[in-house]
Amino acid sequence: MKIIIAGDGKMGATLTRQLSAEGDDLTLIDANPEVLESSEERYDVLVVQGNCASMDVLKQAGVKEADLLIAMAGADEINLLCCMTAHSMNPRLHTIARVRNPEYMNQIYAMRGMFALSMSVNPEKQVAEEAARLLRYPGFLKRDTFARGKVEIVELRLDEKSKLCNVALNDMNSIVKCKILVCAVLRKGNAVAPDGDFVLREGDRIFVTAPADTLTLLLKNLGIITRKAKRVILCGGGRVSYYLARQLVSSGVGVQLIERDEERCNHLAAILPGACIIHGDASSQFLLESKGISDCDALVTMTGLDELNVVISLYGTNCGVPQVITKLGRMDNTDMLDNLALGSVISPRELCCNTIVRYVRAMKNQTGAALTVHTIADGHMEAMEFLVDENTRHCGEPLKELRLKKGVLVVCISKGPRQEIPGGDSRFERGDTLIIVTDRERGIYQLNDIFE
Amino acid sequence: MNYKMMGRFCGRILLVEGVFMVPAMLISLFGREFASARAFLWSIGIILLLAWLLMWFGRGSKKKFYAKEGLACVGISWVVMSLLGCLPFCISGAIPNFVDAFFEIVSGFTTTGASILPAVEGLPRGILYWRSFSHWLGGMGVLVFLLAITSAGGGDNGFTMHLLRAESPGPNVGKLVPKMRKTAGILYLLYIVLTVLNTVFLLCGDMSLFESVCTAFGTAGTGGFGVRNDSIAGYSPYIQNVCTVFMLLFGVNFSCFYMLLIRQFKAVLKDEELRLYLGIVAGSVVLIVLNLKDFYGTLGETIRHAAFQVASIVTTTGFATTDFDLWPGFSKAILLCLMVVGASAGSTGGGFKCGRLLLVLKSLRRSVRKVVNPQKVEVVRMNGNPISEKVLQNTNAYLAAYVIITGVSFLLISIDGFSITTNISAVLACFNNIGPGFEMVGPACNFSSYSIFSKLVLIMDMLAGRLEIFPILILFSRTTWRHR
Repeated sequence: MKIIIAGDGKMGATLTRQLSAEGDDLTLIDANPEVLESSEERYDVLVVQGNCASMDVLKQAGVKEADLLIAMAGADEINLLCCMTAHSMNPRLHTIARVRNPEYMNQIYAMRGMFALSMSVNPEKQVAEEAARLLRYPGFLKRDTFARGKVEIVELRLDEKSKLCNVALNDMNSIVKCKILVCAVLRKGNAVAPDGDFVLREGDRIFVTAPADTLTLLLKNLGIITRKAKRVILCGGGRVSYYLARQLVSSGVGVQLIERDEERCNHLAAILPGACIIHGDASSQFLLESKGISDCDALVTMTGLDELNVVISLYGTNCGVPQVITKLGRMDNTDMLDNLALGSVISPRELCCNTIVRYVRAMKNQTGAALTVHTIADGHMEAMEFLVDENTRHCGEPLKELRLKKGVLVVCISKGPRQEIPGGDSRFERGDTLIIVTDRERGIYQLNDIFE
Repeated sequence: MNYKMMGRFCGRILLVEGVFMVPAMLISLFGREFASARAFLWSIGIILLLAWLLMWFGRGSKKKFYAKEGLACVGISWVVMSLLGCLPFCISGAIPNFVDAFFEIVSGFTTTGASILPAVEGLPRGILYWRSFSHWLGGMGVLVFLLAITSAGGGDNGFTMHLLRAESPGPNVGKLVPKMRKTAGILYLLYIVLTVLNTVFLLCGDMSLFESVCTAFGTAGTGGFGVRNDSIAGYSPYIQNVCTVFMLLFGVNFSCFYMLLIRQFKAVLKDEELRLYLGIVAGSVVLIVLNLKDFYGTLGETIRHAAFQVASIVTTTGFATTDFDLWPGFSKAILLCLMVVGASAGSTGGGFKCGRLLLVLKSLRRSVRKVVNPQKVEVVRMNGNPISEKVLQNTNAYLAAYVIITGVSFLLISIDGFSITTNISAVLACFNNIGPGFEMVGPACNFSSYSIFSKLVLIMDMLAGRLEIFPILILFSRTTWRHR
């Protein structure tokens, strides 16, 4: 597929890496020749230097033959103009624009029509939603939902007190006493697809598939205290914090938001009536202490600087905050951060990239595309949800008789309201949805790809 | 340095070379030239064995590959490919001396067309075919071929860009379409179509199939190895004119053909390099015709010879229909200048390249203006697009390297004691991948009289000229081989 990516920033580079690995024809547009040069050296792409909203530049980038335009430039207005211009030059073109300004959020549906957007993405809002979901269930590092929220893949870290340390997966059921499936284990930066004899160790991060209604039970049986967050400290007053604070306030959680810039504080105070806005430096221990960090329920670090977020989160963990969420915007190397107690790590790039990749895959095969795609295990593995339709082979055959590709795991079968964690005798029928976990290189684009 | 990856690369290139030697062997076999067929069989065996060894050595290599490795890889693979490509000449006894055979095949791969053979008509057909085919393979580049048929082990990496840059001539090499493999495929497709067209036109002029194919290979790669002792002179005027036209076509930037294909006629018409190239050709033909006056019988014949020689020299092919060494001094001077200018960037021709000349002239004009008006800020443009300072710097550095290498080579081969004209034209003819020069190395003579040392110097010149200097130059740099 021919894809144009306008704006070769952090987001653009992540998309380039992901989409060029999927074999799409990519053209990058950016005003800065240096970033283009480094992209050209790293990936098999064509680059065009210039303003992405200009017709000449778009023409040069081959907009007439392109299938999809992804506008990821710095300013929302440029992205919108870029999509509108490009669409007027090629009416067949699908367009995705990044729109981040909260002031546009109420009118985003109207704008889709006006600016000919096929989809708009807002990474900050996605981060805020993700953080809010994590705050609802303390104890999990990451949650990805499938089957319209009925099934989740959750991430847990096993510390020394965990009941699961030194337990083989076959013996797990006696401890957790509910139907779950460990679909991946991340040990020292390597992702492993475990079998029944696999023994869990301290420090492992495990990815568990479970129906949403068993999550509470799971946490209880594992002995993880779950107290819903009542008081949350947010560090940094950017857009993510705004979205998150608004959501938390509306669900009755007490929010303290620390921001360094006074003017921004005034603005936030005006648009977030229920929250307590504090003007000060979030990296100052004294300030955090005085705002009661040691007895708050959760600390969320969302400043613009990754380094600062890491430092504040470490301090929070030290103070015994039960739940810590850290936003990392730029840092790629999560292997390095793996040993630090940062709590849940959220990357806006990864979240947004997943959304777009899902759209691209759906465009490639209109029927049979994945309903949901999530990368798990620090991007080493991918979890996808598919609908079993009339084209699917091997309907009604028990799983143990199917020959699946190596490294492909069926982790859940949803039959209408009922979710089944599959065993060897499970079978799927037309109309069910399947959740598949596979390593990244496998290249599963539709359900039939999983069979040998 | 990622030696394993480089080994794998060279292995693959040898594999391609070995496979391409098979047709030559078959031609020998069908022509009942069993000695040369056996020579090809041995060569193919040795090449494939070495290819397998190199690929075995390079198994499980890391994918990390950077500019330095890319450049060095191109340089080394060309040397290795030439060292093994000359085996059929040695083993069959067509050219018994190894250095001579090496010279001949380097001259073939670099599309120079300079020969050490006094007569070619007596050679076995398989050998003649391999000689001409080396032009075709070297013309567009064997690495580009590799990029077209495989993903070159890099998958979606961008490092293949370094390979294309190193092997495709020109100051500002870019891709035609986002995927490297498709770009290389398009280039080769255009190349094959044009070669086939050329063959068909030659066949229409009652040339035998074998000679048509070989001549088309020589023209397509802008090489210049003929299958007759008198090059193209013995053929009919029609064939000579066909050659003139196709030589000029192969000297055009291939992206122009691609633009025509995707119906961007305006961009082609306005292409400054194409205009300069055609302008130089037209101007030179007119001046030479005026200068030759009554040298040939009729005006038509004069124009035909002038056009052929100009096309042959400017595209750095090196065919000849007449002994231009006998022409008056002014005409020879024009040809000498054309030798340096060369064809367009992105074509199969050699030389300094019209595109580069244009950039040098434009930046020179800017410098002159800056002397008059020091505060003036000016951007050099080509086809309306601003050219970055980095490209200009590289172009100027290229000019410097070009002049220095020419000078040093000239000094080195002067040890043999030939005349200054002979030596300077020999260096220019080899460095710019043309073939014939003047006097002792003129179109009616050959390079066999030079000593072994001079031949080695000229071999280096040919390789450096074809690969645009830097891939060969960095092989002599210590930092290349040091660890980081």
